[in-house]
Amino acid sequence: MRVNFTVNGRPQEADDVWEGESLLYVLRERLGLPGSKNACEQGECGSCTVRLDGVPVCSCLVAAGQVEGREVVTVEGLADQARQRARGDARGTSLDEAKALAAGGQESPAGEGTGAFPHAALSPVQQAFIDAGAVQCGFCTPGLLVAADEMLERNPSPTDADIREALSGNLCRCTGYEKIMDAVRLAAARQGEGV
Amino acid sequence: MPSDSAPLGTPSKVTQGSPGSPAQGGIGESTLRPDGTLKVTGEFAYSSDLWHEDMLWGQILRSTVAHAEIVSIDTGEALAQPGVHAVMTYDDLPTEVRNYGLEVQDTPVLAHGKVRHHGEPVAIVAADHPETARRAAAKIKVEYRELPVITDEASATAPGAVLVHENRADHHIGHVPHPNILHRQPIIRGDADEAARRAAVIVKGEYHFGMQDQAFLGPESGLAVPEEDGGVHLYIATQWLHSDLRQIAPVLGLPENKVRMTLAGVGGAFGGREDLSMQIHACLLALRTGRPVKIVYNRFESFFGHVHRHPARLYYEHGATSEGKLTHVKCRIVLDGGAYASASPAVVGNASSLGIGPYAVDDVDIEAIALYTNNPPCGAMRGFGAVQACFAYEAQMDKVARRLGMDPVAFRKLNAMEQGTVMPTGQPVDSPAPVAELLRRVEAMPLPPERQWESSEGVDVRQLPGGLSNTSHGEGVVRGVGYAVGIKNVGFSEGFDDYSTARVRMEVVGGEPVAVVHTAMAEVGQGGVTVHAQIARTELGVARVTIHPADTRVGSAGSTSASRQTYVTGGAVKNSCELVREKVLDLGRRRFGTHHPAWAAAELLLEGGKVVTDGGEVLADLVDVLGDEAVEVEAEWRHRPTEPFDPRTGQGNGHVQYSFAAHRAVVEVDTELGLVKVIELACAQDVGKALNPLSVVGQIQGGTAQGLGIAVMEEIIVDPKTAKVRNPSFTDYLIPTILDTPTIPVDVLELADDHAPYGLRGVGEAPTLSSTPAVLAAIRDATGLELNRTPVRPEHLTGTA
Amino acid sequence: MDFLRPASWEEALAAKAEHPTAVPIAGGTDVMVEINFDHRRPEYLLDLNRIGDLYEWEAVEGSVRLGASVPYARIMEHLRTELPGLALASHTVASPQIRNRGGVGGNLGTASPAGDAHPALLAAGAEVEAESVRGTRLIPIDDFYTGVKRNALAPDELIRAVRVHKADGPQQYSKVGTRNAMVIAVCAFGLALHPETRTVRTGIGSAAPTPVRARTAEDFLSAALDEGGWWDNGKVITPSVVKQFADLCAAACNPIDDVRGTAGYRRHAVGVLARRTLTWTWDSYRGTAQQKGMVA
Repeated sequence: MRVNFTVNGRPQEADDVWEGESLLYVLRERLGLPGSKNACEQGECGSCTVRLDGVPVCSCLVAAGQVEGREVVTVEGLADQARQRARGDARGTSLDEAKALAAGGQESPAGEGTGAFPHAALSPVQQAFIDAGAVQCGFCTPGLLVAADEMLERNPSPTDADIREALSGNLCRCTGYEKIMDAVRLAAARQGEGV
Repeated sequence: MPSDSAPLGTPSKVTQGSPGSPAQGGIGESTLRPDGTLKVTGEFAYSSDLWHEDMLWGQILRSTVAHAEIVSIDTGEALAQPGVHAVMTYDDLPTEVRNYGLEVQDTPVLAHGKVRHHGEPVAIVAADHPETARRAAAKIKVEYRELPVITDEASATAPGAVLVHENRADHHIGHVPHPNILHRQPIIRGDADEAARRAAVIVKGEYHFGMQDQAFLGPESGLAVPEEDGGVHLYIATQWLHSDLRQIAPVLGLPENKVRMTLAGVGGAFGGREDLSMQIHACLLALRTGRPVKIVYNRFESFFGHVHRHPARLYYEHGATSEGKLTHVKCRIVLDGGAYASASPAVVGNASSLGIGPYAVDDVDIEAIALYTNNPPCGAMRGFGAVQACFAYEAQMDKVARRLGMDPVAFRKLNAMEQGTVMPTGQPVDSPAPVAELLRRVEAMPLPPERQWESSEGVDVRQLPGGLSNTSHGEGVVRGVGYAVGIKNVGFSEGFDDYSTARVRMEVVGGEPVAVVHTAMAEVGQGGVTVHAQIARTELGVARVTIHPADTRVGSAGSTSASRQTYVTGGAVKNSCELVREKVLDLGRRRFGTHHPAWAAAELLLEGGKVVTDGGEVLADLVDVLGDEAVEVEAEWRHRPTEPFDPRTGQGNGHVQYSFAAHRAVVEVDTELGLVKVIELACAQDVGKALNPLSVVGQIQGGTAQGLGIAVMEEIIVDPKTAKVRNPSFTDYLIPTILDTPTIPVDVLELADDHAPYGLRGVGEAPTLSSTPAVLAAIRDATGLELNRTPVRPEHLTGTA
Repeated sequence: MDFLRPASWEEALAAKAEHPTAVPIAGGTDVMVEINFDHRRPEYLLDLNRIGDLYEWEAVEGSVRLGASVPYARIMEHLRTELPGLALASHTVASPQIRNRGGVGGNLGTASPAGDAHPALLAAGAEVEAESVRGTRLIPIDDFYTGVKRNALAPDELIRAVRVHKADGPQQYSKVGTRNAMVIAVCAFGLALHPETRTVRTGIGSAAPTPVRARTAEDFLSAALDEGGWWDNGKVITPSVVKQFADLCAAACNPIDDVRGTAGYRRHAVGVLARRTLTWTWDSYRGTAQQKGMVA
């Protein structure tokens, strides 16, 4: 079957989709967007988390046919979405956002970020994950980023218990979660400072 | 048709450090991961992300029974399916080399006449869509004639027991008491029976350690691309490229130089990628079909696709004087190796040689064995034999202390080993062993406040045992505190030639001196690439470092295991940098030596992109010294040699370095429901020298959480009657969520080991040892129960097991 | 496999009538796991995502008519007052991502004894609104579960909604799992006090081949509350009554040993949950009653 939907703001069409395929498979294998990860394919690990019409869901449990006409945001679209959010903000465009826009959303050379000069093409939560050491193998990272980003959108100053609850659907095997907690706290703090 | 084009997701070089920035980011700093940006944007390509034009999907058919003769296999119907390009069984293997294995080559590439465990690969399929491959695999008809199953020591050594492997010819068969015992290592020192007479108390215990899964999140996967010259290029997630290569090439009938291997992104490992999984299968299918073949396990298959941590039964006897000095320890550790050898012999070596823990005891009688059974094969997992022993000896230490009426921490400190202590193997500990100090530090940390679930808005169930499931509002909840400490060897032991190789190149790119570091080290998340860049900066005084993708075009780096990569490949990078530095200085002397006498006389350093004297005087810019030349060195580097353990006495200088960590666990137990919430897991660890403090703490916290998992929830359950795995999914094999994992304060101690590069000590495994027994001790403290097995399930805390 | 995408409820019913073996898929949190793990290859998948009616709820004469696909996340957020037991149960479902997709219709359709919503629906006293091209019928929840993963739906029927009485008294829900989040129930217990009818109702999950009520326990407690005049005097229920209620709830279980827990543990834990939830609901009832001045 054929499926038409929007991914990260761009219309996409997938052809010859087998009816049992998941949204995750279509993203990864048909649309060249492997950022969403395939760790369990049973909704237990959250590595495949994407936003479906704004809501975080496990893309492994969404049948491809169910996304017809709908909007999906993946980890690959997080930075763009953060920029749009910032643009829509009454405060206007922050310095970093302006820099990012000026750079045309292009990747600067891969390298370490710093708190003072965040990587221009990254969203605040992405930058915070790097800065706080929340990334080890990184396989859980895309799903965590989508979930954390959505939580911070809803709840800009979460308590630790709020963070833990919001991320309880995302397994990480490397970090023991402490640095992930640090990263989300850091992103919230920077967001609060308008950085 | 063979393809020379690289697949999408082929790893590329990553350069870290901005042009023109000062040469910061050397060792000792918390520099950030060079692959961090790629990993947060989703661009970092893991082995399951690779994609190639015209690629096929491979699928493995696995045995549905644990032990059986294969009467027949009929692949006809599968091959006839549209979209199916190949179906292969044992009979289709191209050469006479049809087994593989890390040490003992006892593992069939595809089952031959017999399967020995549930989920053993029987046939492989390549098709144009994963669903086509799955349907085809389901159409392969395999007729089994079931055999009795060997599942434990009693069934393995019973009179007339079926042999898991007949006609064994491995080098362990000569010293084992039964062919169903793979390896046995006794360690005898002093006279334990005689020493027991001095004991005021003797405490015996029997312990059971469950089967733990590495549960790395990135499933086993890779892409094999056939090449024009008849060879194959395998893009793969592994822990040791060259070890894979040595096992793969002979089965394919190819020389090693025709099997090219590139490390794809690795989604965690923890020991589970030390053995081969789908490597050979993907290559076989690619060579058979002439098309690129991708294989990705799903989570169900992953539980069958790699070895697990050995379940163990451990029998201990400790004696102590009334003053609290240990008189002797006797122990017998029975590890279930499952159907194939994997790393079991080395696990036995660790379990035995580290079997009494970080304590000074002169009289010991230790025996460790690994069984061959029809249970799932077990092998490497973080902590590697030392984990199981630590769980048992730390439970024993608490029991002895209680019998003596002593504080358990004071009792441990009284018996703690230190530098100079002689191990049960007769090997003196020749670097700092701050066991008592680590205990002192965790004990001194402030305790978390009581009743944290109470707030002005009422009860926050998220802070209580049961969490969101709303099982308690404080009822039945009792707090407990427990301590444990452990010892882990670093690096490969027992005489193994443990080395690594680094190729370092220095040249001017875009007007800047740049160092390129190329090793075959498997970056599995631990941050080795971060550290390599730091070492290059420190040694070569450059800002910009390029990390070359790991592949087999450079010499072996050894395995990313045994807490060894920072030590050994870090050591190799340091060594190659030093050799590059000498060459660069030679170049400088040739070019500028006549300009300044210091070129000849002084100790010269590379700092901030310049050649400087040890007095700080600048002699030249590296850009000028190098000019158009590139300086490159590839060199092997090894740590001090070790010796095998004597097969009868276990004596020998078998280990190169030890690593120590201590934990204090604070738990809250709902004693009526048997639910546990770990409130805090404080850790103190000696790391010798923290090359990257942020990464070091991350390793310690991650290892601690894995130890927590096996304490309270993680266990692969194997049916004792059928030897079949009952919970191969993330629904029923539970790993800790963020709501199960407590705060993990870490106190890092840095006492240099003068034998190691920069004085560093391997970090990754030690915290996984002591975390588990600390949690168990805390639960015992809360409940008063004996708890001789791990993981503890609610049944064990409520008398309903 | 065919993927059917009805745009309206009528189309969905027609499709189900034409293809009675079609497997409805809404949140996908059960069906997709079975497909991903190769446990199921239905001839037809019947997608219900496009049917907006299923995502809405409305008040109907003292009841809530809850669309089958209303996600658990919305139940726990918006229906805490009307359906407190179900809202608590919804909060224990898996993870935020799953709660954003899954709804009560899926739990009922799958009818696994471990479904988190069942004990709350049993305790509250719900009716399942099943519909086919032949018409609509209301199936009392007590008659809905017919066996292990079997329910009373006819092959051509779909679940349109559940109708649940608005709470007339305190309700509680507890679930035991071996992890503090994202866990399938080892056992679960729902309890609802119904002061208007002076009855109590229970629901037990994962401790019998189907979700069940502990009827003997309910009858015992209802009688004891009447006898003691407790609905009116609001006194603390005596420990012996609480204990007997808990014991009877445990006795209502018919559990098995499996990888998630032993039968003995399940029976024990249901007893503990019954005791605790009774204490919580009764404390709440007393508090509310005192505020209203109902209690002497």
